Amino acid sequence: MNQERIILSQERFALTIERLCHQLIEHFDRFEDACIIGIQPRGVLLSDRIHARLMQLLDAPSLLYGKMDITFYRDDYRLRSKPLLPSTTSMDFQVDNKNVLLIDDVLYSGRTVQAALAALNDYGRPRSVELAVLIDRRFNRHLPIQADFTGMAIDALDQAYVQVEWAHTDGEDRVLLFADKKDRDK
Amino acid sequence: MSQANSLSVPHLLGIKDLTKEDITLILDTAVTFKEVINRPVKKVPSLRDLTVANLFFEDSTRTRISFELAEKRLSADVINFSASSSSVKKGETLLDTVNNILAMKVDMIVMRHPAPGAPHFLARHISARILNAGDGTHEHPTQALLDAYSMREQLGDLEGKKIAIVGDILHSRVALSNIFCLKKLGAEVKVCGPPTLIPKYITSLGVGVEHDVEKTLRWCDAANILRIQLERQDIKYFPSLREYALYFGIDKALLNRLDKPVVIMHPGPINRGVEITSDAADSEHSIILQQVENGVAVRMAALYLLAGKRQ
Repeated sequence: MNQERIILSQERFALTIERLCHQLIEHFDRFEDACIIGIQPRGVLLSDRIHARLMQLLDAPSLLYGKMDITFYRDDYRLRSKPLLPSTTSMDFQVDNKNVLLIDDVLYSGRTVQAALAALNDYGRPRSVELAVLIDRRFNRHLPIQADFTGMAIDALDQAYVQVEWAHTDGEDRVLLFADKKDRDK
Repeated sequence: MSQANSLSVPHLLGIKDLTKEDITLILDTAVTFKEVINRPVKKVPSLRDLTVANLFFEDSTRTRISFELAEKRLSADVINFSASSSSVKKGETLLDTVNNILAMKVDMIVMRHPAPGAPHFLARHISARILNAGDGTHEHPTQALLDAYSMREQLGDLEGKKIAIVGDILHSRVALSNIFCLKKLGAEVKVCGPPTLIPKYITSLGVGVEHDVEKTLRWCDAANILRIQLERQDIKYFPSLREYALYFGIDKALLNRLDKPVVIMHPGPINRGVEITSDAADSEHSIILQQVENGVAVRMAALYLLAGKRQ
């Protein structure tokens, strides 16, 4: 029995990202004094897409864009049986007085975002930090953290698992919902 | 990134116990830590709930400072201990000293000891994680890892690369750990030095032996130059330092004679004018100071990967 369900198909996936980009432009205008930071590793797949589309829409030569690895800032690292492996960070700017837009694929417990906020401290004092996610799993939060821009909000049980797949890494743009985390590994 | 995401060993006692995957995992993780230590804020909170004791029963500058910085940059609490100012002088045994320190709730031990096998002995008797920072003439695993990291930075993948180790092989823990590490990574290794300073059965480790420095340098992609360890030499192994420098010392003229670039490395401390002259040690071939920088990143990676699961 297959326990997975497609909650965002290829067409709606594209539409959702398009809508997110327009919302961001409405809010950040031409991204002056703003920067985009994708959270490694999976958030970067979304931020790459958004960054590329924003450049097209704004016809801008460049937007400040960084990729941040937050592995060493996680509070659960030593509770796991195996160490987490880091990805690379590429942040060649400071965030002092900037409006930061953090991007991740799925907002679940909020712990990744908390770690990202801690990591961000090391790059200066931003004027503001906002969060954009593709999937917001409401009602599963462990911390008082909310997204400012959401592609899709879903209500799922704690044992469920949401997987965002990307055309260039997984073959197709789509979002899957597994009723049970364990089914994903099968 | 490598496939495995945890080490196959609970302690870092020597390179001999590590698999190729372990070594690659540590080196790959160190790449991210090198990025961290080049940031304006060089610190991450990964080990903030741990206390690490640095036990140095033998003198050290680089290794001790490097370990201490690595621990501090991972936000661990650090205590330092050196044998010269402790109750070891009053006759306390190693195990008693360590157990007393552990009773004060210390989670990891970094130890340098003049006796080969001292950290292995400790590992059998205590539960804390142990990192060997050099045990006598036996192993110095983090030095070998940082040497491999530095070579990889210069030469790329070490598979099939030719590496020479020149100098006092007999008394060098750096040589032994380097040989284990480089062989596991698939490099070809040759040792070079006076016959009296090369152990008799060294070829059983799969390395070549050479007594001509110029020939060795022509052969290799990188050369690790070792110090003559006078403090460990109980008898005369060669007539004089002057003669050693003449036959085995490396100078700029020799490097210029080679018609290809050779990466020159040295684990420190350098005896300038003996195994290497100043003009060679400070030349563009030398990556001695990069090795020191990489040492912090590699030790951060080793500590991070060993810290493991909270009890």
